[in-house]
Amino acid sequence: MAISIKVNGKTHEIDADPATPLLYILRDELALNGAKFGCGLGQCGACTVHVDGKPAFSCLLPLAAVGNREVTTIEGLASNGKLNALQQAFIDEQAAQCGYCIAGMVMRAEALLRVNPHPGEEEIRAHMQPNLCRCGTHMRILRAIKRAADRSTEIGVGHEERL
Amino acid sequence: MNYIGTPISRVDGQAKVTGQAKYAGDVNVPGLVFGAVVTSTIAKGRIKSIDTSAALKVKGVLKVLTHKNRPALPKSDQAWKDDIAPGGSPFRPLYDDKVMFSGQPVALVLAEEWETARYAASLVHVEYAAKPHITDLQAAREKAFTLKKSKKPRGDAAKAFSSAEVRHEAEYFIPTEHHNPMELFASTAIPEKRGKLTVYDKTQGVQNVHRYLCSVFKKKKGDIRVMSPFMGGGFGSGLRPQYQVVLAVMGALTLKRPVRLMLTRQQMYGLGYRPASIERLQLGAQRDGTLHAITHEAIVVTSQFEEFSSSDTEWADRLYKSPNAKFVHKLARLDVPTSCDMRAPGATTGVYGLECAMDELAVALKLDPVELRLRCYSDKDQSVNLPYTSKNLRECYQQGAKAFGWEKRNPVPRSMRDGNELVGWGMATGVWEALQMPAAARIVLGANGHAEISCATSDIGTGTYTIMAQVAADALGLPIENIGIKLGDSTLPQSPVEGGSWMAASVSHAILGVADEVRKTLFDAAKKIKGSPLSGVKFEDVTLSDGKIVSKKDPARAMTIAHVMRERRLDRIEKEKLHKFKKDEKHARNTHSAIFAEVKIDEELGVIRVTRVVNAVAAGRILNTKTARSQIMGGVVWGIGMALHEETAYDHKFGRIMNANIAEYHMPVNADIHDIEVIFVDEPDEHINPLGIKGVGEIGIVGTAAAIANAVYHATGVRVRDLPITLDKLRR
Ligand code: FES
Ligand code: FES
Repeated sequence: MAISIKVNGKTHEIDADPATPLLYILRDELALNGAKFGCGLGQCGACTVHVDGKPAFSCLLPLAAVGNREVTTIEGLASNGKLNALQQAFIDEQAAQCGYCIAGMVMRAEALLRVNPHPGEEEIRAHMQPNLCRCGTHMRILRAIKRAADRSTEIGVGHEERL
Repeated sequence: MNYIGTPISRVDGQAKVTGQAKYAGDVNVPGLVFGAVVTSTIAKGRIKSIDTSAALKVKGVLKVLTHKNRPALPKSDQAWKDDIAPGGSPFRPLYDDKVMFSGQPVALVLAEEWETARYAASLVHVEYAAKPHITDLQAAREKAFTLKKSKKPRGDAAKAFSSAEVRHEAEYFIPTEHHNPMELFASTAIPEKRGKLTVYDKTQGVQNVHRYLCSVFKKKKGDIRVMSPFMGGGFGSGLRPQYQVVLAVMGALTLKRPVRLMLTRQQMYGLGYRPASIERLQLGAQRDGTLHAITHEAIVVTSQFEEFSSSDTEWADRLYKSPNAKFVHKLARLDVPTSCDMRAPGATTGVYGLECAMDELAVALKLDPVELRLRCYSDKDQSVNLPYTSKNLRECYQQGAKAFGWEKRNPVPRSMRDGNELVGWGMATGVWEALQMPAAARIVLGANGHAEISCATSDIGTGTYTIMAQVAADALGLPIENIGIKLGDSTLPQSPVEGGSWMAASVSHAILGVADEVRKTLFDAAKKIKGSPLSGVKFEDVTLSDGKIVSKKDPARAMTIAHVMRERRLDRIEKEKLHKFKKDEKHARNTHSAIFAEVKIDEELGVIRVTRVVNAVAAGRILNTKTARSQIMGGVVWGIGMALHEETAYDHKFGRIMNANIAEYHMPVNADIHDIEVIFVDEPDEHINPLGIKGVGEIGIVGTAAAIANAVYHATGVRVRDLPITLDKLRR
């Protein structure tokens, strides 16, 4: 029996085992490969998407549990090809290195900024805790989030600009 | 030059923040089949039987391959050797019934859905006949052996040590560590028309994988194409082809359908790793702080079937003057997969031992650790008795110390605090090689002023796309927006594997070399144009700049590239060239760094935080200060992990890894990383290569763990020599 889910504003009928993780559906059925598989165990955050605006590990969420909640992936963030403020800040702060963790990082951070547009350093660190990066981009990711949080101030202008 | 040396943002940034960058497991093709691997649960022995019947009954399962029903595979070791295989007999998946390590692939399930494949894999039942195994380095150290004849010692280190006024002798230990790139090893093998195959693979060297697959599957060069446009981190784990690419191809050839095989996180621990090592140091000095004897002996893990070896021990010869020196590198065989390169292999571990030992010697001598290093400073690489192409390590010590505020350090352990926390300041030196390899590049310059640059190199996240564009834009005198980069495709011009920090220098000079050919073609064409302002100008005197070919002596004598190409009816200029570096037997080539670290340790709980790191690096000319800085920061984060968190823990009874997941294999997370400052000291280098580039991928990690360990000692007065430094060890 097909299960219907709404992803990035579009409704899809999916014919799959209801226990299949949402991540597999996004990647293998809908060709939305932005969300990544990093562990499948809720340990790394590479698969983070929004479900009704809240960050979720899509590797742990069974298809059948999505219901009529709205799923948003990194592909659904930019509007008409225009990057959103956070994506732009990730570029400006050179946050991406290999890039594998980045979709998950952006989605988790975006969820924070939507409920708290001006988070403090500690709040950001605590909120970003589930997401791992092996390239060591941590400082730049924190700065990118701060930069996006308040683009009008000089926060986030770090060593790189002071060369 | 407009772009080289500037902090331009990476050209692939947009693809990465929008989810558009395609990694090896992201390729979707119609009819894709999914693979799942079954791995061994014993460390040594034989497979008695494999029962695949339950798996085969699952709806959607297409095939289960084991050593019993796999397609033919070559017998000879030679057929399985990749470009950088060490000595020995390489591992081959599903080859026979022999089990050589826990986590070895023993079956491949192929199914219509990944979920199905993974479920069916859990139903494959394997019976083993286990044999006694050994996975503990300490238990195997007595049987360790040297691979090649060790270099002749300099002088008599043992004698000089016993007569030295101040002696320090200790053993340091670094456990096995795993790379744990966030991207899992994955391959997508797609059969094409006429028996051809395209393989998307997670690899640091598409041409290495290409040659390997052609050899293993007895295919002609043109039959297989290996692609890796993006890689989610390698750190050395992707230098050699991994078994999943063999299995994906095996599956695709068997089913004649495209197959994707992505390993699980747990299965990643069945691949290569940084080998555990014991580093034994003996330093003998006079009271004035001059060294008279250095002995460094390492015992490092390898497998039963291959001899992976990197140089742990000779770094002291590059850093510290000593008339007597002895270096011995031994390997110990365990029932584990073959160890492999991992970020600054050999140096990360060897220099950790050396730099902690130097700190202990400084304490014994009552000398400031920086001062001790300056007193022993070597202007030569004593192992080859050659001066350096450049070595500005003195400046690293100076600038690093200044930025850190080192002069305010009270040398007495436990003397500095901040509220409830003990504060410790430590430092160490870092050193790595400045390597460069032959590489080729192709330029296709169009009449519209756009150029496409290609090379088979990978971009493992380091920023190769970006620096290639920078170098090409400068060499061709074009705006960077007009440059397109193609890489990660085995059909492109020759490239070595990307590792060892050699790619920046190698590919940059390949581009410069071929850009010269383009300039020559343009120059010849320009001269033929009637009334050419360049007639009479010599080739050596023209350059490409601002979209023009122009005389360096008289900038008024110029023509736009577009004009030249139009006039001569050239719609494109295509050139390819292999670049080899001139041999220089008169210099040693290294990068250097000085690392200063601050730790704060909760006195009651023992919780350690690395609150500040300054890493001052001398690495020749920096092509892109932004991407290079990211590399160093990443290296420092790895150093923090090595010092405080990372350890692959074995259950020696079962010969199995206990923490084969990223919740229990601890690596630094956002909450662990505080202030990291990177300084690039000026280091002009006229000898190494025309651009003066040395590479920066590895140097950031080397020495960092030692600086932190030394800071922990300074904070607490407790010397922990076996990594990682966890709070329980402070209470021993
Ligand atoms: S893949 Fe979902 S948390 Fe790692
Ligand atoms: S950028 Fe590579 S894992 Fe985060």
